[in-house]
Amino acid sequence: MLGKLDWSAIPFDQPIPLVAGAVVLVAILGVLGWVVVKGHLPYLWHEWITSVDHKRIGVMYILLASVMLLRGGSDAIMMRIQQAMAYQSQGYLPPEHYNQIFSAHGTIMIFFVAMPFVIGLMNLVVPLQLGVRDVAFPTLNSVGFWLTATGALLVNISLVVGEFARTGWLAFPPLSELSYSPGVGVDYYAWSLQISGVGTLVAGINLVTTVLKLRTKGMNYLRMPMFCWTTLASNLLIVAAFPILTATLAMLLLDRYLGFHFFTNEAGGNVMMFMNLIWAWGHPEVYILVLPAFGIFSEVVSTFSGKALFGYRSMVLATMAICVISFMVWLHHFFTMGAGPDVNAIFGIASMIIAVPTGVKIYNWLFTMYGGRIRFATPMLWSVGFMVTFIIGGLTGVLLAVPPADFMLHNSMFLVAHFHNVIIGGVLFGAFAGFEYWFPKAFGFRLDERWGKAAFWFTLTGFFVTFMPLYVAGMLGMTRRMQHYDIAAWRPWMIIAAFGMAVLTIGVICQIVQLVVSIRNREALRDRTGDPWDGRSLEWATSSPPPVFNFAFNPDVRGEDAYWDMKAHAKQQSLAHETPDYQDIEMPRNSPTGFVCAFFATIMGFALIWHIWWMVILGGLGAWATFVVFAWRDHDEYVIPAEEVARIDRSNIEERRSLVSMAGTV
Amino acid sequence: MSEQTHGIVKHDLAPGEEEEHSVGARILGYVVGLALALLLTATSFFIAGTDLVWQPSIPVALIVLAIAQMGVHLVFFLHITTGPDNTNNVLALAFGLLVVFLVVGGTVWIMAHLNANMPPMDQIMRMQ
Repeated sequence: MLGKLDWSAIPFDQPIPLVAGAVVLVAILGVLGWVVVKGHLPYLWHEWITSVDHKRIGVMYILLASVMLLRGGSDAIMMRIQQAMAYQSQGYLPPEHYNQIFSAHGTIMIFFVAMPFVIGLMNLVVPLQLGVRDVAFPTLNSVGFWLTATGALLVNISLVVGEFARTGWLAFPPLSELSYSPGVGVDYYAWSLQISGVGTLVAGINLVTTVLKLRTKGMNYLRMPMFCWTTLASNLLIVAAFPILTATLAMLLLDRYLGFHFFTNEAGGNVMMFMNLIWAWGHPEVYILVLPAFGIFSEVVSTFSGKALFGYRSMVLATMAICVISFMVWLHHFFTMGAGPDVNAIFGIASMIIAVPTGVKIYNWLFTMYGGRIRFATPMLWSVGFMVTFIIGGLTGVLLAVPPADFMLHNSMFLVAHFHNVIIGGVLFGAFAGFEYWFPKAFGFRLDERWGKAAFWFTLTGFFVTFMPLYVAGMLGMTRRMQHYDIAAWRPWMIIAAFGMAVLTIGVICQIVQLVVSIRNREALRDRTGDPWDGRSLEWATSSPPPVFNFAFNPDVRGEDAYWDMKAHAKQQSLAHETPDYQDIEMPRNSPTGFVCAFFATIMGFALIWHIWWMVILGGLGAWATFVVFAWRDHDEYVIPAEEVARIDRSNIEERRSLVSMAGTV
Repeated sequence: MSEQTHGIVKHDLAPGEEEEHSVGARILGYVVGLALALLLTATSFFIAGTDLVWQPSIPVALIVLAIAQMGVHLVFFLHITTGPDNTNNVLALAFGLLVVFLVVGGTVWIMAHLNANMPPMDQIMRMQ
């Protein structure tokens, strides 16, 4: 009846996951209870859960990423403490628990923090920057988000029901095959990635179509803000690369469920094929994450330097070059596999070549700052911090791209330090910069600058104190994923790293405090102009938060930096406007399709993990029926009457004018 | 949404907008496509088992038929044409082909060199 599921799945003998799970459960029930008692449930359902508004979905993506960042961060803290303690002893984590923690940390941080964070920012900002009212497929957008949430939920269920994979974040066979991992850990891993992978693919298709097909009047490709370009490149990579991940995991699942031999040791299976395929996805994935971050830095640096982006066209070219070359370097993740000098040399050279367009970008940002009037607001601090940090990470990356050096450093702590250096210094700093930069646009008030700066300095310092020692430990020969060790020379570096982790944690706490303080002071921090940073692209042309239809009129774009142009012209014409001719606006109707689909997908995923076949069929039928109901819908749009549009738009213009005239009197 | 996207980018259709074709013409297109696809499939099965043609040419013929089949699908079902509205689709197809070429070609190349650092098989056998 319940497949492999019984009471032994709950780890009653392990206090850490049990207590953590209980605390989380109590917190969730508490929030749910509060929501129900206060009567917020209808609001939540109608305005958020069923929303197909790209801004709301973007916010929910970022919320999911933030919550999962806390989960992945807790794993990181536990690992650093373990390695600081486990010198000539077992530490405080049993080996099988430690192995689950590093696997969960990697999986969560990449798939459920970095991915939803950048997809959320793209969702929130790209339609606004393109001057349009929504993404190409609004309901599909909602489906994509909720499927990602399903994946995240399944990973977290594994904390208390059963176990998570002990195989590392990419579940390399033969360890991940049934003979070496008979438990449900790898199944949790694979099914949550399969389901959230569908969500990611859907989001990718949606955003590619949005950028290619929905642009406002005059928004040529070469007038698009840099963030739209990097969004396009990143989502093209999603569409091209994620099917490889899906296929690879599907083969692994066939091995585990139906006795196939794709990656087994016996019967003609080839383990190396898994490394090859997973990295053919894995390397583009790196650029899927970092390209949007590059776009965010381009926007931020140009805005806070008060200058147009230096070398816009070279930036576009560099972005698209990275998009293509990222598919030619994947072997550098397994130089040591044995493919020999000629294969290794070609991929080594390709890996060095891909550093060139990235270098071009760094110079472009530096030259954008050169001669500009720079304001060091929090988003700009994250950007400058990124440039310094990312250059170090990039250089150690070029070092690892040299095959003979890689033979020494492969799977060492040096590698761990390198990829944290580029992913934290690149993606996470980018996500934080974007969060600080676009928060006023999403919610209508700015974030507290003092706490924001404190968060930046603690995070930056904490990052360097945590990860620079790992480079040294790697040079001293320490391999990654060690549950305990006996080498005295590594010990001090592990203790320094643990101390750095504490500083990093203070940074995260500062960020939470910043959010709380800002929400409390929101009246004082209110952004009435819609343009708090003196921005350059179209998202600042509408109010903060934007009305549901984003723009009352399709903006007319006449060049790069569309909104900067408009402001310049408006000053000359002294805001003289005749009464505009408002029209009805059709907007997509909210739909529970995404949520219901994901609900059934969760049931199906859970049932697949525990071999509860009747429930698999039930979940599958439910998800399919939801799709059919949606496909047979009669009305999917509603009309916002012209008077309503006029009322909203007039009040916005009123607010802006009063501020402009006040500025004139000072 | 339609009002917003009309005439924004010339010769381009927004998602959900239908091309102005009569239903009859569209059905005809699909029927022709289906007929061609079935014909090519039938020919493949026929060629594979026949002794009417020179035997070594059969694999080549099957490859040619397969590529023709892909072409039929692209033109009649996925509507990849040379029209101005189709630049995006053609570019997407080209990008897809490039990625498939890189991944498949690269994989074959890598896997063929998998044992480059191994001693020859007879040496391994002698060591045992």
